[in-house]
Amino acid sequence: MAKTLFDKVWDAHVVKSLEGGIDVLYIDRHLIHEVTSPQAFSEIEKRGLTLFRKDQMVATPDHNVPTKDQHLPIQEALSRHQVDTLINNCEKHNVTLYGLGHPFQGIVHVIGPELGITLPGRTMVCGDSHTSTHGAFGAIAFGIGTSQVAQVMASQCLLQSRPKTMRITIDGKLNKGVYAKDIILYVISKLTAAGGTGYFVEYAGSAIRSLSMEARMTICNMSIEMGARGGMIAPDETTFDYIHGREFAPKGEAWERALDYWSTLYSDEGATFDKEYNFPAEDIEPMITYGTNPGMGIKITSAIPDRLAEAGEESFNKSLKYMGFQAGESLLGKPIDYVFIGSCTNSRIEDLRIVANYVKGKRKASNVNAMIVPGSKQVEKQAKAEGLDKILEEAGFELREPGCSACLGMNEDKVPAGAYCVSTSNRNFEGRQGPGARTLLASPLVAAVTAIEGKIVDITKHLN
Amino acid sequence: MEKFVKVTSTAVPMPIEDIDTDQIIPARFLKATNREGFGENLFRDWRYEKGNEPKADFVLNDSTYSGEILVAGKNFGCGSSREHAAWALYDYGFRVVVSSFFADIFKGNALNNGLLPVQVSDAFLSDLLQAIKKNPALQVTVNLPEQVISFDDKAETFEVNAYKKECLLNGYDDIDFLVSIKEEIEAYEASSKVI
Repeated sequence: MAKTLFDKVWDAHVVKSLEGGIDVLYIDRHLIHEVTSPQAFSEIEKRGLTLFRKDQMVATPDHNVPTKDQHLPIQEALSRHQVDTLINNCEKHNVTLYGLGHPFQGIVHVIGPELGITLPGRTMVCGDSHTSTHGAFGAIAFGIGTSQVAQVMASQCLLQSRPKTMRITIDGKLNKGVYAKDIILYVISKLTAAGGTGYFVEYAGSAIRSLSMEARMTICNMSIEMGARGGMIAPDETTFDYIHGREFAPKGEAWERALDYWSTLYSDEGATFDKEYNFPAEDIEPMITYGTNPGMGIKITSAIPDRLAEAGEESFNKSLKYMGFQAGESLLGKPIDYVFIGSCTNSRIEDLRIVANYVKGKRKASNVNAMIVPGSKQVEKQAKAEGLDKILEEAGFELREPGCSACLGMNEDKVPAGAYCVSTSNRNFEGRQGPGARTLLASPLVAAVTAIEGKIVDITKHLN
Repeated sequence: MEKFVKVTSTAVPMPIEDIDTDQIIPARFLKATNREGFGENLFRDWRYEKGNEPKADFVLNDSTYSGEILVAGKNFGCGSSREHAAWALYDYGFRVVVSSFFADIFKGNALNNGLLPVQVSDAFLSDLLQAIKKNPALQVTVNLPEQVISFDDKAETFEVNAYKKECLLNGYDDIDFLVSIKEEIEAYEASSKVI
């Protein structure tokens, strides 16, 4: 029977099926960070259990690490305590940890792929909803809660009901100035913030195939923003080329065997999905969000809608009131106070190159405070090797040290109340970047142009 | 985990859609390394002004409404996977959240903590919200064995996975079960062809 990519990977991980449609799903790799793991370690200890497969776990602190002076002790006491707790737990339970200062440290969803831990056909989890990122390699990867972190620690398994499948196909040629971020913001604006709930999404079509691995990660990363547990893309030559030679990627004969297996991972001709969507690539333009959930996105040149079919009036008005916008108005010309380039969505080397390439020889607007936070130590090192730090510095930007940073403001990097921030991150929820902060999600290019212009503009007019 | 069988209580109406877990518990309160005390910061930025004075127009600060049941708009619990959201609701005193739609990860987290997510139809949700507004003393009953939510003369059945229901009724959790099938997991590992 014709199977979807999702079905192939899921079926290969079912230890057993229980009554009531629940599967015991085996998890190949478990990533952990400082925020959602301490209570799980305590739970394991409380029950007198040990880690079932510690060698399939990797830890790194990312959520509340400072992005300046990482060589010094963390100033904020609670953050320091949480990071220290991770260090202690990893030492005690013998889990591999890439701590601050380690050349592999970074945002958990940036380091997994770049170290070759994320591989096609694997199942991966992390106590973080953006674990969906790893699906770009044809893995089943999804975020879990802390109780589930403890379950995986105890058994390397989870009890899961099988999600429904959805395929989103985007065929055609992408317009100039359109990046992966625009594609996913466009898709979420069409499907809404709840449109993918209950589904696992496969992205397909020629426009998706044309994307680099880093761009594919941006797309899969935001699957959760339409409620989907995860998103995935069938692995191909682009995937294999990316993985080849990475730190933990299979080598030699194991590489050949891996390629044979990975080459079977695609949705068979005639495989059926519970839901299908098709969008023409030509319809996608540079996007931006105006509201307080990622589904509230528009083409940057469009006006804010008068109402939303999927939202009640009260919720829609509450959102616009928070943002300080009016229904029906255009965002063009709106002054912006902050630009944040970073997060597990857009903090990889290609993102930094897009920004550096645009701002080279220009100067950021004086009203804008610009933060650029690389996703990992490796990204930071590469950016410096390419001289991007100098270009950014000359344009008035600062390349900081890796972490989640202003995406969720658990560290010092926050946007003040009432201020507008064009951000390459993934969530524009109320207060996400700091209490009262107003977030507009966009691509690295839109963020770069905004930083230079000091306001929202039609970026297509600024491209050569 | 505490057992859950039946709750009869007044309810708190929150007719807002897409309530994300950043609203339920903002990220800056996720720095604790234990599970207790999150209720204090439940809906922190909707509940308090910057200077910590309660916002009078927020429903949790309105003494008219109270109870163990939260009734919210659709797509409740979207966004971040933080289980702290379920801990905060439970710690505050809620035992049930009623909505017409729940985000997946939140639903799982709630069930793993003895907090029952009850998904009802849009029409039932709307009737329930109106009934609470009209009579804040309205008693709402959530009966897990029968999978029925009711108030006045209205009732609706709700879905809950059979395994999860068993866990809730008995206060069991998934770890107990998973640890008990260790040998089967090892047998799977020996046979897996995944790279």
